[in-house]
Amino acid sequence: MHQLESLYRQIIMDHYKNPRNKGLVDDPRYTLHHIKNPSCGDDITIQSFIEQGVVKDIRHEGSGCSICCSSASVLSTLLKGKHVDEAQALTTNYLKMIMNKPFDESIELEDALAYQGVTKFPARVKCASIAWKAFEETLKKASEKHE
Amino acid sequence: MSLATSRKDFPILTKHDLVYLDTAASSLTPQSVIDKMTEYYTDYPVNVHRGVYKLSYRATETYTKARENIARFINADFEETIFTRGASSALNLVALVYGRETLKPGDEIIVSELEHHSHVLPWQQVAKKTGATLIYVPLNKDGRITIENFKSVLTNQTKVVALTYISNVMGYITPLETIIRLAHEKGAIVSVDAAQAAPHMQIDVKKLDCDFLAFSGHKMFGPTGIGILYGKRALLDQMEPLEYGGDMNDNVDKFKGDWKDSPYKFETGTPPIAEAIGLSEAINYLETFGFDAIITHEHTLKTTAVKALESIDGVTVYNPSAETGIINFNLDGVHPHDVVSFFDEDHIALRAGHHCAQLLIKWLNVPATLRATFYIYNTEDDVKTFIDSVKRARAFFTDIGF
Repeated sequence: MHQLESLYRQIIMDHYKNPRNKGLVDDPRYTLHHIKNPSCGDDITIQSFIEQGVVKDIRHEGSGCSICCSSASVLSTLLKGKHVDEAQALTTNYLKMIMNKPFDESIELEDALAYQGVTKFPARVKCASIAWKAFEETLKKASEKHE
Repeated sequence: MSLATSRKDFPILTKHDLVYLDTAASSLTPQSVIDKMTEYYTDYPVNVHRGVYKLSYRATETYTKARENIARFINADFEETIFTRGASSALNLVALVYGRETLKPGDEIIVSELEHHSHVLPWQQVAKKTGATLIYVPLNKDGRITIENFKSVLTNQTKVVALTYISNVMGYITPLETIIRLAHEKGAIVSVDAAQAAPHMQIDVKKLDCDFLAFSGHKMFGPTGIGILYGKRALLDQMEPLEYGGDMNDNVDKFKGDWKDSPYKFETGTPPIAEAIGLSEAINYLETFGFDAIITHEHTLKTTAVKALESIDGVTVYNPSAETGIINFNLDGVHPHDVVSFFDEDHIALRAGHHCAQLLIKWLNVPATLRATFYIYNTEDDVKTFIDSVKRARAFFTDIGF
């Protein structure tokens, strides 16, 4: 049967149909980053609120395929409340995983582990990475702001 | 040669289980084109126009004959047939040289929302630099350019008309003969994007009377990295080169130089030699079938597929009336990128996204679309496999909750 089935059945459809933490807020304490993939139209904005080294909140907004949109929701639930260092480690690990590179399986990716199936669809790795890369940028911007 | 047996000419189709429906992006390459290019690299892999030795003479001869053959293919003169990197750079050359040199504030450039980005963005830039105004032909309800709508935007200020011959997303043929006549009556010149037309229909630039026309090699069995700009000799003669350097010059002094005549003044540096030879061979291959047979074949497959697609609930076809082999469609409520992975699993290659035509995607008011295109190597079996996959995809995505 289609490998798509195992990919989509799991977490992805749930977060695609019922996204958590969706919608941006008008609050200067948040840092924002927008990424667009002009060839397919995936378009994601991530907003992070970092305070005292902790990711207090993550918001997301955008449009695109199910992999792209659901991954923004999954990352928001996984990384909210984590220390910045831990959030960065999870992000690095997730990006390694979907690019089929060796990654640290002892770091608990929880729902985000569902995206390991994306490695079977190399053309979709970009879809699964956009939200996480945008989040990474918000971390960078927040630390620059802090400095 | 027969279309029915053409599949065996394409190594990729004999080696892989593949239903290839992405010809509008790039066609597959037949063995004869691969062989001609390999022959160049194996037997006489040297530069043209420069060396005074036997091998270089052979390279120059073959390269020159390639241009003659390509010029004949569109009924152009040798001097009017310029090698470029592809249709995009050919269309850019028209805008960046002819457009910038001639347009003034108040002049109008007519384009359409059917254009590929390469036929809108250069004119947008030229409009900004020169103060000319970009005007869009209103599309009719099907998304077509009609003569009536074209007349509604044609004015005495119109100086350039830049339109596609066949839309790369909708597959409509633009009624260019009339449009070109009307534009000329107003003194405007017409630039034609023929990237989707040259592989599928006979083009006669003299009969069409277009001023510029561009196409790419890789959409018509040829290699990537080569395209053609046709321009009327009188216009080319008054245009400056876009790039300066080796081969395009006549005499070089310390503070001035002068240029060869067209086509060479637009072609600096070592040209794409193998690619030119490959494109010429691609044209030979294409012509063995005849355009009537090609367009009938593609349109028949497309009509069968559209009929089947329209009978599936939850599938929308945006261009059922297209007269070529292009189908633009969506599974309702499912992003095209999700669907295209399903097709990929079934070894069906087709395109999902904006197709380098965001203006049309915006006109359709959808996030993106799927595009299936047919060419000579596609068969009724391909259509069956494709339709079967669409049905299963529709059921799958409905089942998992899309």
